[in-house]
Amino acid sequence: MISGNIITDFSLLILFLPLIAFIINIIFGKRLPRQGDWVSIGAILITLILSLSLLMNMLMNWDSDFSHEVVISWIDLGAFKVNLGFWVDNITVVMLVVVSLISSMTHIFSLEYMKGDIRYNRYYAYLGLFTFSMNGIVLANNVMSLYIFWELVGVSSYLLIGHWFEKHSAADASKKAFLTNRVGDIGFFIGIMIMFTAIGSFNFQDLFKGVSEGLVTGSLLTFAGLGLFMGAVGKSSQFPLHIWLPDAMEGPTPVSALMHAATMVAAGVYLTVRLFPLFSPEALTIIAYVGGFTALFAATIAITQNDIKKVLAYSTVSQLGYMILAVGVGNYVAAFFHLLTHAMFKACLFYGSGSVIHSMHHSLHELKDHDTDPQDMRNMGGFKSKMPITHWTMLIATLAISGVPLFSGFLSKDAILAGTLAFAQNYPQHFLLPIFGFGAAAITAFYMFRLIFMTFYGKPKIEKVFKGIHESPKAMTFPLVLLAGLSFFIFYTLPYFNPFSDHGWFTELIKARNSAVPGNPSAEEIYQGVHHAHYTAMALSLLVAALGIGLSYLMYIKEKFSAEAWAKKMGFLYKLSLNKYFFDENYNRFLYQPFLKLSRLVAYIDWDLYDKYFINGFGHVTKFLSKITGRIDYEGLDQTLVDGVGRTTQVFGEKLKQVQTGRLQNYMLFALIGVILILVFQAA
Amino acid sequence: MDSLTNYLLVSSILFSLGLYGVVTRRNGVAVLMSIELILNAANINFLAFARFGGMNMTGHIFALFVIVLAAAEAAVALAIIINIFNNFDTINIDDVSELKQ
Repeated sequence: MISGNIITDFSLLILFLPLIAFIINIIFGKRLPRQGDWVSIGAILITLILSLSLLMNMLMNWDSDFSHEVVISWIDLGAFKVNLGFWVDNITVVMLVVVSLISSMTHIFSLEYMKGDIRYNRYYAYLGLFTFSMNGIVLANNVMSLYIFWELVGVSSYLLIGHWFEKHSAADASKKAFLTNRVGDIGFFIGIMIMFTAIGSFNFQDLFKGVSEGLVTGSLLTFAGLGLFMGAVGKSSQFPLHIWLPDAMEGPTPVSALMHAATMVAAGVYLTVRLFPLFSPEALTIIAYVGGFTALFAATIAITQNDIKKVLAYSTVSQLGYMILAVGVGNYVAAFFHLLTHAMFKACLFYGSGSVIHSMHHSLHELKDHDTDPQDMRNMGGFKSKMPITHWTMLIATLAISGVPLFSGFLSKDAILAGTLAFAQNYPQHFLLPIFGFGAAAITAFYMFRLIFMTFYGKPKIEKVFKGIHESPKAMTFPLVLLAGLSFFIFYTLPYFNPFSDHGWFTELIKARNSAVPGNPSAEEIYQGVHHAHYTAMALSLLVAALGIGLSYLMYIKEKFSAEAWAKKMGFLYKLSLNKYFFDENYNRFLYQPFLKLSRLVAYIDWDLYDKYFINGFGHVTKFLSKITGRIDYEGLDQTLVDGVGRTTQVFGEKLKQVQTGRLQNYMLFALIGVILILVFQAA
Repeated sequence: MDSLTNYLLVSSILFSLGLYGVVTRRNGVAVLMSIELILNAANINFLAFARFGGMNMTGHIFALFVIVLAAAEAAVALAIIINIFNNFDTINIDDVSELKQ
């Protein structure tokens, strides 16, 4: 059992160690031995140990109401007070472990993956910055500092996506990610400000209290909630702001695993989980629909993608949609559960894809082949024998994400689907939500196995490339094995061993809080509904998973149906999915282009009209006035008055100079005349 | 005939002549000579006042001092003039204006 003070110290260390590593690496990184990667790895491993000790402490305490808050005054202007601080409860602890664990794995994985990179030290520095900001989000006890770290996370994401900024696509992707997030963050900030004006505090607890006392009600509360949710939409890449995440795959693969699969994109879900008590029923309904729709919609895109990372990216969008859906139906503990399990298996999948890409890259490099895409699954196949560790770990993670029993994903996905089903049973008008959920589950199973089958099974597509494929080094397989291990159910259900029930330390320690909004169903009611729907949901989810896996098996292993023939048959739908429903194109046509036109118009008004005539006119008038005053000053004052004094002196000097002849006899004469004059005056 | 006025008259004539010479002469030696005249005018005054003023020997002693000083002065001044001549090839004091602006 750790005392409060030590928890405070641990939290501060967890927060600031990665920042220190960042500062050291960004300044001295180039000069340090091994470019300073050991600084970052040391810092992150200490962070991991501290987080794990907090987790141990949590498990030893076994207190679902554990809460530790530290508040420091930041701005105090009498009426306007802002406090900073952090709030450690069970959710925080679990999230800290997730962040520091995945971050450590990324640090280790990158040792090999990024070996020889031109900006190696900067890469590690940015990883530190990211970990710092992400831990900041997790530890925040108020929306203001959460928002600050939120933006810092956005910055580090921007920096890491654009790590290879020589590539135009990477530079564009980083900008796209940043700007798309900006759209969501505006909403987030509006939400924060509505809450602040109404309640007068940024602190979570104060906000919950304010809402439960009815300081914000009705549509204002819904708006504030949707504003806050917009932040999550941006960061967690939900429809309609999902467009940045697949492009973000331009970044290094370990970064994709850390930020764009496991932690940063989960920040949006974490936010909605944290602020769940603030959402009004209307807001929650919208959240549920956005999440459910995203889950299904992204899954349908993932079916047709051929780039291994793109499949995983859309799968991430889809899984995040699941979590958001769970928050929307009130079952936010399930959302957080899925966040936890998803972080493990999705990071594993990304490391696996990184391992495959790394190997492909080497093989292609040796063949001096620069045209074949190392990420395209159509160039792979049959890698199972060459990369056994990568294959088995990815297979385990795939089983987890598909919702197969014995794996973690089954438990969390089942909890979400049960919550959704219960919600639809209570409110039959929302029958679409479970359809979204189960549909997405089936499709997920299908495309994930498609990925596995296309990559690891079947015949090698390019024999030459296949020859060069080999298993990745230990620094890369270690994270894979660890995370694949963590995809088993056992780690989430301890101390119980029932693979069909999520009952365990997680459900015991992470207890749902009642919504602060009067009239929302209480946590107990939601739990009852979920419990009721549990077995139906389980049966259905097993059915859809089996359906998806079976279909994938028939199509890609047995080749009973030809994928190409189906694609042709469904021509229009296939194209729609392959081109991601033309979102980028339509955004371009209907948003960016008109916006560009508007900007050009404004620029024209500003530059050609306002600047040229008004501002320059001002300039001309000033110039004219200056000329007049200049003339008065120069010709009047300077030339006559000032120079006049000089000239007078000069004239007198010239005249008086003549008295000084330099002849002794003249002086004598003057002296004589002087004496005579004195005598004459004396006499008179 | 034997009155103070006459002596003073002679001495003032001598003084005026000396002064005139100092102011007008261009020749360095002539200027020196004119200074001698002025000194002698002063000597006459001393002696005259000593004779008629009842001042015992004071005047005489003064006159002797003046003569000694005049001799010394003449020696120094002539040495200067010889040097001027060596350097400038002239003893015209108007031409000796090296330091003039």
